[in-house]
Amino acid sequence: MNIELNGKIYEVEPGQTILEAARSHGVYIPTLCYHAKTGGVGKCRVCVVEVEGMRGIVTACTVQVGEDMKIVTESPSLRKHRKMVVDLLLSAGHHDCLSCAQCGNCELQDVAYSLGLTHPSFPQPERKPEDLSSEFLVFDETKCIQCGRCIQGDNCTVINDTLGFAYRGADTKVSFDHDLPIGSSSCVQCGECVQLCPTGALTDKKARGLGRNWELEKVNTTCPYCGVGCQMTLHVDRKQNRIVRVTGREDAFNEGMLCVKGRYGYDFPSSPKRLTHPMIRKNGVLEQVSWEEALDYTATRIKEIVDRDGPDVFSAFGSGRITNENNYAIQKFTRAVIGTNNVDHCART
Amino acid sequence: MNIERIASISTLENIRDKARASSPENGKSEEQEAVLLCAGGGCIASGAYAFKEALQSALNSQGLADKVTIIETGCLGPCAQGPVCVIGRDKTYYQGLQPTDAEELVSSHLKGNQIVERLTWKGEGEKPVPVLADIEFFKRQTKIVLRNCGRIVPTSLQDYIAHDGYAGLAKALTSMTPEQVIDEVRISGLRGRGGAGFPTHIKWTFTRNSEDPQKYILCNADEGDPGAYMDRSVLEGDPHSIVEGMALGAYAIGSSKGYVYVRAEYPLAIERLQIAIDAARQAGLLGKRILDTDFCFDVEIRMGSGAFVCGEETALINSIEGKRGEPRPRPPFPAVKGLWQKPSCLNNVETFANIPAIIHRGGAWYAGMGTEKSKGTKVFALAGAINVSGLVEVPIGAKLREIIYDIGGGIKGGGVFKAAQMGGPSGGCIPAAHLDVGLDYETLQSLGAIMGSGGMIVMDEHSCMVDVARFFLEFTQDESCGKCVPCREGTKRMQAILTKICAGEASMEDLDLLEDLASTVKSTSLCGLGQTAPNPVLSTLMHFRDEYVEHITDRKCRAHVCPALVQFNINDNCTGCTLCARRCPVQAISGEKKEKHVIDQSLCIKCGACLLACKFEAVDKQ
Repeated sequence: MNIELNGKIYEVEPGQTILEAARSHGVYIPTLCYHAKTGGVGKCRVCVVEVEGMRGIVTACTVQVGEDMKIVTESPSLRKHRKMVVDLLLSAGHHDCLSCAQCGNCELQDVAYSLGLTHPSFPQPERKPEDLSSEFLVFDETKCIQCGRCIQGDNCTVINDTLGFAYRGADTKVSFDHDLPIGSSSCVQCGECVQLCPTGALTDKKARGLGRNWELEKVNTTCPYCGVGCQMTLHVDRKQNRIVRVTGREDAFNEGMLCVKGRYGYDFPSSPKRLTHPMIRKNGVLEQVSWEEALDYTATRIKEIVDRDGPDVFSAFGSGRITNENNYAIQKFTRAVIGTNNVDHCART
Repeated sequence: MNIERIASISTLENIRDKARASSPENGKSEEQEAVLLCAGGGCIASGAYAFKEALQSALNSQGLADKVTIIETGCLGPCAQGPVCVIGRDKTYYQGLQPTDAEELVSSHLKGNQIVERLTWKGEGEKPVPVLADIEFFKRQTKIVLRNCGRIVPTSLQDYIAHDGYAGLAKALTSMTPEQVIDEVRISGLRGRGGAGFPTHIKWTFTRNSEDPQKYILCNADEGDPGAYMDRSVLEGDPHSIVEGMALGAYAIGSSKGYVYVRAEYPLAIERLQIAIDAARQAGLLGKRILDTDFCFDVEIRMGSGAFVCGEETALINSIEGKRGEPRPRPPFPAVKGLWQKPSCLNNVETFANIPAIIHRGGAWYAGMGTEKSKGTKVFALAGAINVSGLVEVPIGAKLREIIYDIGGGIKGGGVFKAAQMGGPSGGCIPAAHLDVGLDYETLQSLGAIMGSGGMIVMDEHSCMVDVARFFLEFTQDESCGKCVPCREGTKRMQAILTKICAGEASMEDLDLLEDLASTVKSTSLCGLGQTAPNPVLSTLMHFRDEYVEHITDRKCRAHVCPALVQFNINDNCTGCTLCARRCPVQAISGEKKEKHVIDQSLCIKCGACLLACKFEAVDKQ
């Protein structure tokens, strides 16, 4: 199907929204509440466009394309309205970009910049303290624009039902359970809300002050915790040789989702207690050995014991942190090479 | 009460003829008399039940208890005059009834056929006008929606049937296809009475054309405009008309289930509607195989919990579903995806109340009233600086002057009409220059107001138009659900600027910003609440811009309403009686006895207590 976007004809898929269609052709329409995962909800009103034959102006995130639809995404009046809406949002909180963890990675900042907004026009409200009550999340209410992406993610993706809107009108706020501090709420701290937040309202506590977004090298990898294999991005400070934060990859099968371990349990690579080479206890003391020596020793001991006492004294224990293929190899080795069915796994239940 | 099942038209007609013979409207029979006492919310609040008790004991003591029956009806209209009643046979109307009036009413009128003049309506020159049909307020109205209000017992199915109730439904089910019903509504030209005036038949056709085995018909009874209560009066005074109207709508769109969404603040309406639904169900006018046809339909009441925005159709649907009362983006429209994602048709109480009459008497009859583009009648709730406030129903296109002066009896205290605020918080003001325009959807819109639900607040020179705009903005910003940014944040900022103007602290730049905000909130808000919230500001700016400018540049409020711009001073008439000083709540007035007093402006809170207290016209409000 064809549509006319700002005077040019584009081929688009039926069922796409105007926003999706425009984005697929690289036409920029600013948005704040839209996220591919949470869908178009028409809350922020920043993606307003003009469609010929439709009354007034409409939101690109909620209206589906139609055959030969004529759409205008930029006009002086649209720009004026967008500017006013974003100005209202800037004025409703304290968006201190200088110190904000999301600076350079903030959708509100991007939209304000593209509209040429330099400062809020209206008096700003009182400051409120951040919610620092939980281990991994920080919630700064004054940076929240009530887009609802965190709530949608919490209720519809991870289905935890912790987040919701409380109160009404200008008092509307994102609340954890019945307006509890995060640390006292039913939040499991998976960080899905942080991943979806378009501003600096929800941020990672462990990453505070440890590096600016643009200074950190992004390293794509697979989560090491279990066999699901969630795709994630490590934000690495090369100079300090340190992982600063972890985000889920939204283009992968896990769609950005991670669990609390995957997202926040990233300290172990740099733990001093971590085993980095094979060791054998000799005369009661662990000694560093080569891989050859370690493997030879292990193979010899298994053979000796099984030959002496039979295969059923042997048992293998797989792991949730290795792949299916590795676990397959373990049970195959145990059954075919050793000759016993004593196979188990930490995630058996 | 045991209600027999009505399985055919002939049974319905039998009941109708029997009920007609004993209709309370005309007195039960030659020997029997009836007093139709208004038991609408307004009259109950002003003491109708206390009067009823006194009247009953007067009847008992004067030996008329077995001859005169007191019948509680729905609202008659002139709510501020309540409690009111009508004597059945001779149609004498009495108002402002107190329990102490009961004995006289019984002895003079009911026994002695002598009219009690002091309790009657007063016409020109305070002349008593005893008979309902002679009273200007009633005479000039055309009642279709309110046809049964004040005439029948709201909870009586027989009484409703006696007044052609369920005749429209019977006609439709036995001799019309759903398409013919829709076509009759098309011919009638009926437009949605909830405010926007969308043609009802188009809405019905859209829903009918949506293919789905389950569709819903919804009645919006979440009446929330300040001062508007026509829906409440219909539900309290003629609940069966809503049940019948919804059944007809359901038949037309192909639905078997309806919900009435009533605000919980209307307990009497809910009670009477539930009684009507139960009676209709018992009589087989709701439920399976209605009137022995294949049509099955039932209705349930859902109560709203106090949010104004739930009167918006998609927010109402969310609320019925048990979700937060927030609107949904449209499209998809409810006709495609409504309640529980099923095609749904939502109409207002007043719209549904018209339907049985249209089907029974024909669309052409209905289209005979009104203007070219707006047919039928509209109920208005008159309030404010008007002599007779209450509910009036007039053909659409009636002139504002006619409603205010002929029906409403003119401005209170002989004041000068300044403006009428139409359509509540979503509407606007019509100034005196447009008193002679006909009230229809298009005209009102071109004047910056809307028909809305029909709220009409009449204002005289004692109203400050900036203050009026501020009042409505305060209301809408408080009722904003908070879902979309322009309404959530924008109305709050508009209210702040208006407060600043009223306080005399604004600049002309603030006025520009107010207009910019109004334009964005109107154009970009998600639902009707936000899109219309700036209307009170825009319309007062359109007609009364000079008042805004006066507040800003001259720090003057010509109506002496805005406290910061008003000063109270004591003039030379002062006798030093000290009354004002004693009444002043903040001890701002000082002076020796028998000497002129002075007001300390730094302490004065502009409450006006001194002005009210002074007996010598010695206090000036400037």
